[in-house]
Amino acid sequence: MSADAAPAQTPPPAAPSPRVGLFVTCLVDLFRPSVGFAAVKLMEDAGCTVEVPAAQTCCGQPAFNSGDRADARDIAGAVIRAFEGYDYVVAPSGSCASMLKKHYVELFDGDPAAMERANLFSAKVFELVSFLTDVLGLDRVEAAFSGTATYHDSCSGLRELGIERQPRKLLQSVEGLELKEMQDSDVCCGFGGTFCVKYPDISNKIVSEKTRCIEESGAELLLAGDLGCLMNMAGKLKREGSRIEVRHVAEVLAGMTEQPAIGEKKRG
Amino acid sequence: MSDARTAILARMRASLGQRAEDTARRAAVADRLQRAPRGVIPARGQLDPAARTELFCKMAEAVQASVARVASAAAVPGEVCAYLKTHNLPARVRMGADARLAAMPWAGQPHLEVASGRAEGSDLATVSHALGGVAETGTLVLTAGTDNPTTLNFLPEHHIAVVRESDLVGDYESIWDRLRQIHGKGVMPRTVNMITGPSRSADIEQTLLLGAHGPRALHIIVVAD
Amino acid sequence: MHITSPAFKDNARAALDDDALQRALGNVRSGFIGKRAKAAAALPEFEQLRDAARDIKDHVLAHLDLYLEAYADKVEASGGHVHWAQSAEDARRIILGICEAKKARTVTKGKSMITEEIGLNAFLEEHAVTPVETDLGEYIIQLRGEHPSHIIAPAVHVNKDQVEEDFRRVHTHLDPARNLEEPTTLLSEARAVLRDKYFQADIGITGANFLVAETGSSIIVTNEGNGDLTQILPKTHIVVASVEKVVPTLEDMSQIMRVLARSATGQDMSVYTTLSTGPKRPEDPDGPEDYHVVLLDNGRSAMLGSEFQEMLRCIRCGACMNHCPVYHAVGGHAYGWVYPGPMGAVLTPSLIGVDQAGHLPNASTFCGRCESVCPMRIPLPKMMRHWREREFSRNLNPAAARYGLGLWAFFAKRPAVYHAAMRLAIGTLSRLGRRSGRFASLPFAGGWTRFRDLPAPQGPTFQAQWAKQRKSA
Repeated sequence: MSADAAPAQTPPPAAPSPRVGLFVTCLVDLFRPSVGFAAVKLMEDAGCTVEVPAAQTCCGQPAFNSGDRADARDIAGAVIRAFEGYDYVVAPSGSCASMLKKHYVELFDGDPAAMERANLFSAKVFELVSFLTDVLGLDRVEAAFSGTATYHDSCSGLRELGIERQPRKLLQSVEGLELKEMQDSDVCCGFGGTFCVKYPDISNKIVSEKTRCIEESGAELLLAGDLGCLMNMAGKLKREGSRIEVRHVAEVLAGMTEQPAIGEKKRG
Repeated sequence: MSDARTAILARMRASLGQRAEDTARRAAVADRLQRAPRGVIPARGQLDPAARTELFCKMAEAVQASVARVASAAAVPGEVCAYLKTHNLPARVRMGADARLAAMPWAGQPHLEVASGRAEGSDLATVSHALGGVAETGTLVLTAGTDNPTTLNFLPEHHIAVVRESDLVGDYESIWDRLRQIHGKGVMPRTVNMITGPSRSADIEQTLLLGAHGPRALHIIVVAD
Repeated sequence: MHITSPAFKDNARAALDDDALQRALGNVRSGFIGKRAKAAAALPEFEQLRDAARDIKDHVLAHLDLYLEAYADKVEASGGHVHWAQSAEDARRIILGICEAKKARTVTKGKSMITEEIGLNAFLEEHAVTPVETDLGEYIIQLRGEHPSHIIAPAVHVNKDQVEEDFRRVHTHLDPARNLEEPTTLLSEARAVLRDKYFQADIGITGANFLVAETGSSIIVTNEGNGDLTQILPKTHIVVASVEKVVPTLEDMSQIMRVLARSATGQDMSVYTTLSTGPKRPEDPDGPEDYHVVLLDNGRSAMLGSEFQEMLRCIRCGACMNHCPVYHAVGGHAYGWVYPGPMGAVLTPSLIGVDQAGHLPNASTFCGRCESVCPMRIPLPKMMRHWREREFSRNLNPAAARYGLGLWAFFAKRPAVYHAAMRLAIGTLSRLGRRSGRFASLPFAGGWTRFRDLPAPQGPTFQAQWAKQRKSA
């Protein structure tokens, strides 16, 4: 894990119509299905066949990061089985993608056969925007959004998967969208999974610094690639009475912004 | 406390799953100590002599040292006097018994008082002769002895260091080679000082201030030879 | 030193409410980060040097017993004395023994985290030896009766006006009407006061950034020059260093030196890097007559061969805490012992026990910024996770958290049950939240909603909608 890590290992060449298994992520499944549909649209538009295995729940990070290796290993094993047979496994989250790609292999120390399966699996896993750009070679999208946006680099995507230029490149191709960088876009928002409820005071201080940077950017819309971070930042912005809207980057790239922004009520 | 030594080393071997008599490990250690392999050497300092001198001066100035280049050793006393005068300092310096310094025409500066020996807390300016300088970071290297007492480098307000241009090298590793040539492999002078600019502290609100405990000013005289 | 790590949460809350501290912590964010980035960018070989530095330390750790033997032999060959200390208490006793043999009344000290680790100052004071800290930051906090809050900038939590108050309180021999408005006048005052102390001291105590096995040298790296005055003016010099400071050769030291200052303060080189070998030679006009090295284990030999071995690569540059959002929020004292920030979150449980320091490896968002700047490429988040694993396997984490995790894992491992349950739960939650789009408070979610709203679910789960869509397609 490091900021200077190469952005993903050299991906296998994309088949003409690659078969992609979408790892929805638990937060998207439960809180914001529109992100999942945006991911499906982006990949189908790029020529992929997308399927969503029903036998998936969560990537296992809550267990892994709480020191519960046994449950994390069980969940990892189930995810690997559920996605056997796909050319690629794509998640609309840097954090979950990194769990699947970088950390699953750590769970199978001392079990060479399982480790081998985890390694093969790992090579197929990508975060959504990185998949579109680094694997499929996309450098623009057909979408429009009128307004100014600022992009927060979620930690796992940035430092474990090297996702930094890719979303900005695609966002620049969105018609009518102007990108305004915030100060310290690479600094954590204070979410940290269970951290935000285990240490709420510290998390609050960190997210308050983040919302200050977001406000100071002058943008009308906050984007990021991880729903956990987005719910944290949106929750804080709304509590502060901010008018800034918050969306997952996939919604804007797919041109699917008819749903209310995160934490907003239905319009009209 | 040799019991403690035995206990600590035994615990380390147990943790590492090693035994003391392991000859392969001993050979690996002896080999590295003997060969002293070089690692990554920054290209920055690998220059021809003229460019190396330029880089040394530039890097030293970047860390708030002042640099004067003189044409010969004979010009050093004059430069020392000029420095003292510019900084409104009394015409008095202290220096060690360095033969290169002793050979310079100090008598040609009748108003300059030259004291010898280790520094006192009250010395305003001292002169010492460096073993060499490292261009990659503008670092002076000085070794201690009767010729250049270490206290000269730390106690005065103004430290004037003389270095021969031919003693400037690109990297720290070249200095270690020089030391081994002079003293032998694995043998060191009591003190080696690598000095990169004048003393400083940022301990009060991260504000950079010069002259914390060591010299407030470092003046380097580079002597062409 | 009194350990307050178990009260980390209370410490953190107090730190967050401390306006002066919060003002001071702003200097960490605005100072170190940009300088490090600039210094790293200016050296094309920086990343290669990080690899080289990591590899050297890995090699050393795999041969630590042998390099220590080689080092100790060299120190003794150059006329120095080596003392081996298994514990903090052993080290304190050894140092006091030297002080007593020399009838020492005052000792000056260079900045040393190891002497903080062994609680040396309080111990010496109890035995009628007065320690005087000479690093400006250390001097300030000694006057305040505090401990360092940062491993390279010990007084980073103190503001200038507080320093002024302390100097007026302690330096009573000076004119009370003197102007101390500017930081430079504070520095000059400390310089003058400490100048006398260097000459009065019977013994100088320093730490070491490196110990070189090839030559038996101890190396200190400083900016102020206080460490040098500490080690060359008194008749006796004691070096206190932990066992992992040893490197094979001068070349190996140079590799690590190239990443040390750049990572710490963003300097290419610190001002003074000094190599000391043995006591002064017969012909030397200055330097100590006696040279002692105290090698401290204090739990490190047990870290070898464990999942925490890589932590022993740490060179105490402070880059991890300089870049840590949690450190930025609460400062160093909240961590409750000597080592704060990410390196402290890994090292402290090793040294004082995870039952005492359990909060530290948990109080991390795993943002990974520490690892991304660590010059020695220590996988700090991974090792914090290893501590969480040890806590989990020993049932040390709170019962409610374990229960919640267990319940969650039960569902997460049973997709069919999970999806059915979530359909129900999310259906309810989305109906409740439909009106405002978010919740300002919710039962069981107080940790979240105390400070922020919880966005409401959009509607049915993705899986439910997807199944329906594909069925109708």
